[in-house]
Amino acid sequence: MNLFSLVLVNLGRNKLRTILTTLSVVVALFLFCTLRGVLDTLDAAIRVGSESRLVVRNAISLIFPVPLAYRDRIAAVPGVSLVSYANWFGGLDPVDPRDFYASFAVDGETYFPMYARDVEIVAASPPQAQIAMPAGVDPELAAFMAERGACVVGERLFKRKGWKLGQTINLNGTIFPGSWPYVIRAVYHAKDPAFGEESLIFHWKYLSERGMGGQGTPGWYVVQVADPERAGDITRAIDAQFENSPAQTRTETERAFQAGFISMYGNVPFLIGVIGLAVVFAILLVAANTMMMAVRERTAEVGVMKTLGFDDGTIFRLVLAEGAIITLGGGITGALLAKFLLEGFALPNNILPPMTVSWMTIGMGIGIAIVMGAASGLIPAWQARQLRIVDALRRVE
Amino acid sequence: MALVEIRSVKKVYQRGTEAVPVLDGLSLEIAQGDFVVLMGPSGSGKTTLLNLIGGVDQPSQGAVMVNGEDIGRMRPRQLARWRARNIGYIFQLYNLIPVLTAEQNVELPLLLVKMKGKERKSRAAHALGIVGLADRVRHYPRQLSGGQEQRVAIARAIVSDPRLLLADEPTGDLDRKSGEEILTLLERLNREFGKTIVMVTHDPHAAERAHRVLHLDKGVLSN
Repeated sequence: MNLFSLVLVNLGRNKLRTILTTLSVVVALFLFCTLRGVLDTLDAAIRVGSESRLVVRNAISLIFPVPLAYRDRIAAVPGVSLVSYANWFGGLDPVDPRDFYASFAVDGETYFPMYARDVEIVAASPPQAQIAMPAGVDPELAAFMAERGACVVGERLFKRKGWKLGQTINLNGTIFPGSWPYVIRAVYHAKDPAFGEESLIFHWKYLSERGMGGQGTPGWYVVQVADPERAGDITRAIDAQFENSPAQTRTETERAFQAGFISMYGNVPFLIGVIGLAVVFAILLVAANTMMMAVRERTAEVGVMKTLGFDDGTIFRLVLAEGAIITLGGGITGALLAKFLLEGFALPNNILPPMTVSWMTIGMGIGIAIVMGAASGLIPAWQARQLRIVDALRRVE
Repeated sequence: MALVEIRSVKKVYQRGTEAVPVLDGLSLEIAQGDFVVLMGPSGSGKTTLLNLIGGVDQPSQGAVMVNGEDIGRMRPRQLARWRARNIGYIFQLYNLIPVLTAEQNVELPLLLVKMKGKERKSRAAHALGIVGLADRVRHYPRQLSGGQEQRVAIARAIVSDPRLLLADEPTGDLDRKSGEEILTLLERLNREFGKTIVMVTHDPHAAERAHRVLHLDKGVLSN
C-alpha cells in the first residue's frame, strides 16, 4: 500500500457514489466538448473558403441574382484568372423532405477546374460518347459533362442514401417549382473534410433552361485571382465596374463570404458556449457537494490519521487527489468520447461540414476538468486540513 | 531524566464566550518504562492530559516536555512528524479504517516514512504477530471481534516502534475476557519491549496492572 492506493481505496468506499459522480463529470465534459464542437464546425466552415477566391454577389442580398452578362466583364478585370458561377437550388427529397442536403447549379466547365484542389472524383459513369473536355476538367467527369440532366454528388451523401451510379433521383424544387430528375454520373470526395460531402451539384444550364426559360441569371460568381495579395484591389475593381448599374455587386473573399453565412446564426455560437459552461458549472457544484459529503463522513478518520502523524498538507493532498481523480478521469473520458463518437457526424441540416471536435476543444475540456478537480476538491480538502484532531475525535468518542 | 515532564500546565477550552478550565497548573513526570494509569471522574481532564502528552492538543499555559523536547513549541507539521515517530495512540473505539485490511491499517503510520513496500509489509506482519493476529492480516475490521480490532489498533500503535504508548480507555468497549487480553498485551509491551504507557481508564481492575495510578479531579492531581 502507498498513499496513492490509499486514495483509490477511499474512492472505492462508496462505489456507486464514485461511479455516479464520475459519470456526471463524463456527461458534463461530453456535452461541453459537443457544444464546443459545434462551434469548431462553424469555424471549419469558415476556414474552407479560400483567400484566393472571391465571391461576387448582388449588393442588396444573396437572394437577388447577378446578370449573366457580368461574367465577361468580371473576367476582363486585370488579375482575374478564372470566373465561374452558381445558383442555390434548395431542392427537397420527395421521399424524405426532412432529410435536407444542399443542391447547387454550377457552370461545370469552370466550377470543377476552380475547385480541383478541394475535391476529387472517386467514382464516375463511363462516357456514352467521346466529347471534347474543357481545359482543367477532370476526364472522369466526361459522362457528367456530356449529359445536361446529370449530377455529381458528395461521397458521404451517396453512401448514406445508398445510391448507384447511373441512378435517376428526383428533387422537388422550392425556389424553382416542379420535380427535377437527375442522373448520378459522378461522386466527389472532399480532400478537406470541412468542404463537406453532402451536396448535389448539377449543370447550371439545366436550371436555366428548365427553371428560368433559358434566360437564367447566376446567384453568385466565384472569381479565381492569380495573386491573393491583389485580392483587395480586384475586389474594389469589380464592384467599381457595376457601381452605377441596376444590379450593384458586393465582392468579398470566399472566406469572408462563408463567415457571412455563419454570422446569420447570430448569437447562437455565444449561447452554445454559455450553455456548455453552465453545464460544467452545474456539475462542478454536484462534484464539490459529493466530495464534501464524502469527507464529512470521514471526519473521525481524518482525526485518527492526523493523530498517527499525517500532517495537514498530506491530508489536504489526499482529499484533493480524490476530487482530481474523479473529475480528471471523468473529464478526459467525456472529452475523448466527444472526439471519437462525434467526429465526422453529420449535423442535421447537412449544409455545414461534418462535425469536428478540435484537439483545442479537447484541451479546453481537459483544462476545465483540471479546474473542476481543483475547485471541487479544494473546499473539502481545506476543511480536512483545518480540522483539529480533538474536534474530529470528539465526533466519534 | 523523565521521558515525560509536564510543567505547570493549564488548559482552558473556549465554549462560546465562556472559558472552561480543564487542567489547572498540573505538573507531572513519567519515567522511561513506566506504566501509568490516569483515573478520575468524567470531565476531570484525563483525556485532555493524554492529548497534551501526545501532542494532539496544545496547552494554554505551561510546558509539555517529552524526551527533552518542548512539544508545545513545535510547528504543526513538525509536531505531526514527531507524533509519527514517538507516539503510539490506542483509542477506546479502536478507530481502524474500515476499508483497509488489518495489515493495511497497521501499515498506515509507515506510509509517512521512507520505506520500501516490502519492509512495510514485513514490519506490519511482525507487529500483528506480537499482538497474536498473524493469521488475520487479510481480514477487514468488520470481520474481526472487538478484542481483535483493538489488538490490530495496538499493532498499529507499535509498528513504528514509538517509546510512548497512550491508551484512552482501551478496554472501555470490550467484554471482560477481551479486556483482560488487551491489558495483558499492554503489560507485555511495557515489560518485554520497554514501552512507556500512559492509560486512561475508569476501571479499577484495569488500573491494578499499572505501576502508578494517578487520580485527576477538576484538572488537578489529587494524590
